[in-house]
Amino acid sequence: MSIIVVGLNYKNTPVEIREKLFFSEETLAEPLGILGDSFHIKERVILSTCNRVEIYGKVSDISEAFLKIKEFLSKHHHFPLKELEQHLYCYSDLEAICHLFRVASGLDAMVLGEPQVLGQVKSAYSIAKENRASGYILNSFFEKAFSVAKKVRSNTGIGSNAVCVSYAAVELAKKIFADLSDKSVMLIGAGEMSEQAARYLVASGTEVVFVTNRTFERAEKLAEELKGEAVQFESFLERLVLADIILCSTAAPHYVIKKDQVKSVLKERKQKPMFFIDIGVPRNVDPEINDLSNAYLYDIDDLKNIVEVNLKEREKEAEKAEEMVVDEIKSFSRWLESLESKPTILSLKKKAEKIRQQELNEAYSKLGKISEKDKKVLDSLTQALMNKMLHDPIVTLKKRDDSDNGEEYINITRKLFKLDDN
Amino acid sequence: MVDNMSVLLLVLTVMVYLVGSICYLFFFVSKKELMSRFASFVIWSGFIVHGGALLFRALEAGHLPLTNLYEATISFTWLIMLLFLFVEKRYQLRSLGVFIVPLAFISLSYALLLPKEISPVNPVLTSVWLGIHVTLILLGTAAFALTFGLGIMYLLQEKQLKSRKQGIFYSRLPSLEILDDLGYKTLSFGFPFLTLGIITGSIWGKYAWGTYWNWDPKLTWSLITWLIYAALLHGRLTIGWRGRKAAFISILGFLSVLFTFVGVNVLLKTIHAF
Repeated sequence: MSIIVVGLNYKNTPVEIREKLFFSEETLAEPLGILGDSFHIKERVILSTCNRVEIYGKVSDISEAFLKIKEFLSKHHHFPLKELEQHLYCYSDLEAICHLFRVASGLDAMVLGEPQVLGQVKSAYSIAKENRASGYILNSFFEKAFSVAKKVRSNTGIGSNAVCVSYAAVELAKKIFADLSDKSVMLIGAGEMSEQAARYLVASGTEVVFVTNRTFERAEKLAEELKGEAVQFESFLERLVLADIILCSTAAPHYVIKKDQVKSVLKERKQKPMFFIDIGVPRNVDPEINDLSNAYLYDIDDLKNIVEVNLKEREKEAEKAEEMVVDEIKSFSRWLESLESKPTILSLKKKAEKIRQQELNEAYSKLGKISEKDKKVLDSLTQALMNKMLHDPIVTLKKRDDSDNGEEYINITRKLFKLDDN
Repeated sequence: MVDNMSVLLLVLTVMVYLVGSICYLFFFVSKKELMSRFASFVIWSGFIVHGGALLFRALEAGHLPLTNLYEATISFTWLIMLLFLFVEKRYQLRSLGVFIVPLAFISLSYALLLPKEISPVNPVLTSVWLGIHVTLILLGTAAFALTFGLGIMYLLQEKQLKSRKQGIFYSRLPSLEILDDLGYKTLSFGFPFLTLGIITGSIWGKYAWGTYWNWDPKLTWSLITWLIYAALLHGRLTIGWRGRKAAFISILGFLSVLFTFVGVNVLLKTIHAF
């Protein structure tokens, strides 16, 4: 029995092809069924996201299964097999285990360490499980992958520190202000990045959002969306005194906020800190404002620098994570190997024989002097007892070997008789 | 035997504080949660031994350990640790230990270098006022020691944020608002004690010296210290002396405390007992 994966991802397949091979989550039951019924992949999980399409399987013949899955993908999506093969990677055993562990931990993600992919793997797995497409082996495999991902996340910094500009701005806000729930945000101008940052801030629980724009309708629309308050552009300076975090991104070719203005606003605020985030190009906030005490100013380049440093930090942490993954692969594959029936039956017999010999020797020494004949009787008695006791379990294990949940029986046997101890 | 018990316990305490300082430093660098809990445990045990030392000293001397510079310093250090442990627990401020525990270590090591003999208290000075006056002053200044540590932390974090580079302190120190807020809290806790301490000292002075106030260097410097903290509190409440400015002044204030406490005795002549 082997675990395999056949798939393609953002690294070697352009989006035009990825979208042609995409499986939507809502209708995943159907291809899962076909893959089992018509292509005889005993256990299977289909993982399909915007960055990757992968099929995991538990199979007995690896190369045959590779062919079948390729054939399935080509038929299901009406995509020429020849062209498809250029993009596909096929891994089995250790490589396949390694692949899923890395994907789940975010090590294979487009943005290193991003947490989204773990959720996607989880939902792919639960859909397969609900449809009874995955069985004992793949269930254990995916559960293990989740625990590896969790371990990697909590023991390395792979998921820490913002790697997008708007989130970096929110993290900075949290280093200036302890509690965002009594803070107000002012959004000056509109722009994708500043709007996103405003959304993050609102999601972190800020109290009020003021939105201002040269076109007032736009401000009103955005204010409604953010559940904030629209302010006339001409009078935003009057409200500046109420704002703790100011997001600025207008198309103005000059400074919209000047140093003198901030100086007097700070005085009015009794020096309560203000955090300016200037996303405009050219810049909208006078850079000298950063020299005022209790005013903090970050422009788009500063934020980009932070993100770059954080990414490098993540890369360093990724090395640690890779090492952890390698250890986990080893232990999982050892467990997988133990789920063969022959060695299990052998060690079961060995253990019983060891017990028989011990008990027999004890009985001999208690009985003292007995004849060779008596010894033989005792020997064959114990032998018969042992064989009869073990007969049914061994037959069941052998029979179950070819069925879907054979490994489960083997695993239980190993646990029940403690075959992995000592 | 009992004679040396308090000193013995204090030597032990100093060593524990040193180990604690190193643990806090390890935690600060590694950011390992477990290390901080261990450091906190070490300091708690040091604090208890320290308390035991004070108790023994009181038994040996037959009065509260507040009558000379040695006794005042060991009591002062104990009060700093008391307030520190409270703040750490109440506000979950794990990084504070890196700045406060080494201070306690230095302060207690200094105390051990001072003459330790139990001298009979000058009869002129024996009064219940002694205990009250010294306790109030020490409690007030112990709170200012925390304000001082928080001020340093504030300046470090502020520098990181202004420089727009996230160096080693950025992720390890809490937000500016927390540091500023706690600095203010410790300041407003300490100030009434210092004020009352000076007033009771003055009343006691009337009994002992026959005058409420004289311009002895010790008294002058404690007035300067008081003025610095009073100005800081006033400025904060009226025109918003907060953040960087407040941090600077609280550091200045604590330097003035140290000079009043130690510097005056060494550099200037004073008739004040210590």
